[in-house]
Amino acid sequence: MTLEAGAPFGAAPPSDDHAIVTEGLTKRFKGGQIAVDALDLTVPRGSVYGFLGPNGSGKTTTIRMLLGLVAPTSGTYSVVPLPQVGALVEGPAFYPYLSGEANLLRYDAADPTASGRTARARVAAALERVGLSAAAGKRYRNYSLGMRQRLAIAGALLGPRELLILDEPTNGLDPQGTREVRTLVKEIASDGTTVFVSSHLLAEVEQMCTHAAIMRTGRLVAHGTIASLNGGRAPRLRVETPDAADAARVLLGLGLTAVAHEGVEVSADLGGHAPERLNAALVEAGVAVRGLSVVRPSLEEVFVGLTGEGFDVEG
Amino acid sequence: MSKVEPEVEEELQTSSGGAARRTPGLVPVSESRRTAELGPRADLPATAPSVLGPQERTADAVGPVSAFLRMLGSELGLTFRRPRNLAMLAVLAVVPVVIGIVLRMVGDDMADGPGGLIQQVTGNGFFLAFISLGALVPLLMPVAVAVVAGDALAGEAAGGTLRYLLAAPAGRTRLLAVKYLNAVLFCLAVASAVALAALITGLVLFPAGPVTLLSGVAIPLGDALLRMLIVIGYVTLGMAALAAVAIALSTLTEAPIGAIAATVVLVITTQVLRAIPQLEVIQPYLLPNWWSDFDAVLRDPIAFDDLTSGLLAFGAYILLFGSFAWARFTSKDITS
Repeated sequence: MTLEAGAPFGAAPPSDDHAIVTEGLTKRFKGGQIAVDALDLTVPRGSVYGFLGPNGSGKTTTIRMLLGLVAPTSGTYSVVPLPQVGALVEGPAFYPYLSGEANLLRYDAADPTASGRTARARVAAALERVGLSAAAGKRYRNYSLGMRQRLAIAGALLGPRELLILDEPTNGLDPQGTREVRTLVKEIASDGTTVFVSSHLLAEVEQMCTHAAIMRTGRLVAHGTIASLNGGRAPRLRVETPDAADAARVLLGLGLTAVAHEGVEVSADLGGHAPERLNAALVEAGVAVRGLSVVRPSLEEVFVGLTGEGFDVEG
Repeated sequence: MSKVEPEVEEELQTSSGGAARRTPGLVPVSESRRTAELGPRADLPATAPSVLGPQERTADAVGPVSAFLRMLGSELGLTFRRPRNLAMLAVLAVVPVVIGIVLRMVGDDMADGPGGLIQQVTGNGFFLAFISLGALVPLLMPVAVAVVAGDALAGEAAGGTLRYLLAAPAGRTRLLAVKYLNAVLFCLAVASAVALAALITGLVLFPAGPVTLLSGVAIPLGDALLRMLIVIGYVTLGMAALAAVAIALSTLTEAPIGAIAATVVLVITTQVLRAIPQLEVIQPYLLPNWWSDFDAVLRDPIAFDDLTSGLLAFGAYILLFGSFAWARFTSKDITS
């Protein structure tokens, strides 16, 4: 197979509703190891799509296939044509002996649709957007880790983009830098640009994204809107009591739904009820309340439930 | 922070009549956030650019040729600003000066000496160019070419910049063409630098005037300089054939030093093979066998037959290794 012009460039773009569509996308490397296994992914235009998974679950290989760097073993994919895609793949890579500005000009010159006349303006705008204008003339070699990451994001922002593919964009950034990237992603998304962001940090995806897909050992284990992934898991009330059956009856009587009891624990969807009023009602009804808490589900639980593995959840 | 260049905004609005082509079917979260953060720019149709062809997406359309030249310019800028490459050019240009000075110092002792070209130099500075090219073409010049051409793709792969160039999207065939053309221009620079340094040194240190060719005919210096241009072209193409080999090797590895070393080893090996008389039968297939045939221009009339066989050999090498490099590079998984 020939990967001419980075494959997706010039290939049939996806329909107007989608920025990325893959069907049965599979990559088997020499040696038989399957990196991506029959991936069906649909990224709606305008979404901020989180691509979650532990390290080594096939996220980067998928992104490389979307960019035409790696040929799929089988399956199909369609993506927004490449010049309208900004990408950050597996960390920044630049020429250490060039300045930040010269580096961006170099990548800009490689884009056959970019005009040389407006290149400097484009580069200056991209640098300003990530707050690197002051360091534009500094050699890349002397950039800090955070500056390098930001320069890579600036590279992804050269020219008008319909789709931004960001592979672990907050890697190596300090908390301040992480916040800045998050703000930037939201800003870009509010311009109507679709953002496809891979991460192994759940909190990050939960805060930035409208949609998410979860990968595990090359397979897609869940996908959908963040709300749907939370599985209608509204906040739940948990009561610890020896009188579980009584407690369940009281809660039902108060209009709570999805009441369940098991042993000394009763749980129910909190709905719009105030936990302190519920506590008072339970005690009044003679239920011995040992403990009462409100559990808010997070993507992390979904994730751990689906992947069954320990997961780096810091950040 | 600035959001998007104003010119793009303007163009998008005129092209789509300012009508907001909002993508339907978005999830509530993004819609609510979008309305919450709605700025003047957020009205822009997200899908408008796909309506325009990629060529029309910027205010000033870019032709494929000018885009190619811009990328080649960027490549040349990197190659000819890189201290390592400049140092190699400088070293190669110094060699004729050294040879010239040595010949000038010992020249008188060689009056009855080895004869041939070396003796000719003391009679006419023009011949220093031939001596110098003859000395550099077998090994030193190929090493410089191998460094630039061997580094071409493997160097980008090693630095990780290859994936960003291809995602730009540079296009694989296009990038390979730019890299090869850049290497050929470096070959031209190397050949020209040596020839120029030799001519200047020769004309400063030795007598100038009509050049007596090997056939005994004397031609004016101006004609001789024109013949020098043929020599530079011939040497450039000989080196360009080696550059094709080096770039082909460069597609096989992510370690530039590997491609460079392999090319240099190939040159040395073939030079050794050439020195073995029993292997005479394979000589026409060895690239270095043809490199030094440029002294055909010292015959009168110029021995074009010799030059043509050399050029055919160079063309065959370029075609063969160019095809290999293309086949390999356009089907390779970029995992660096």
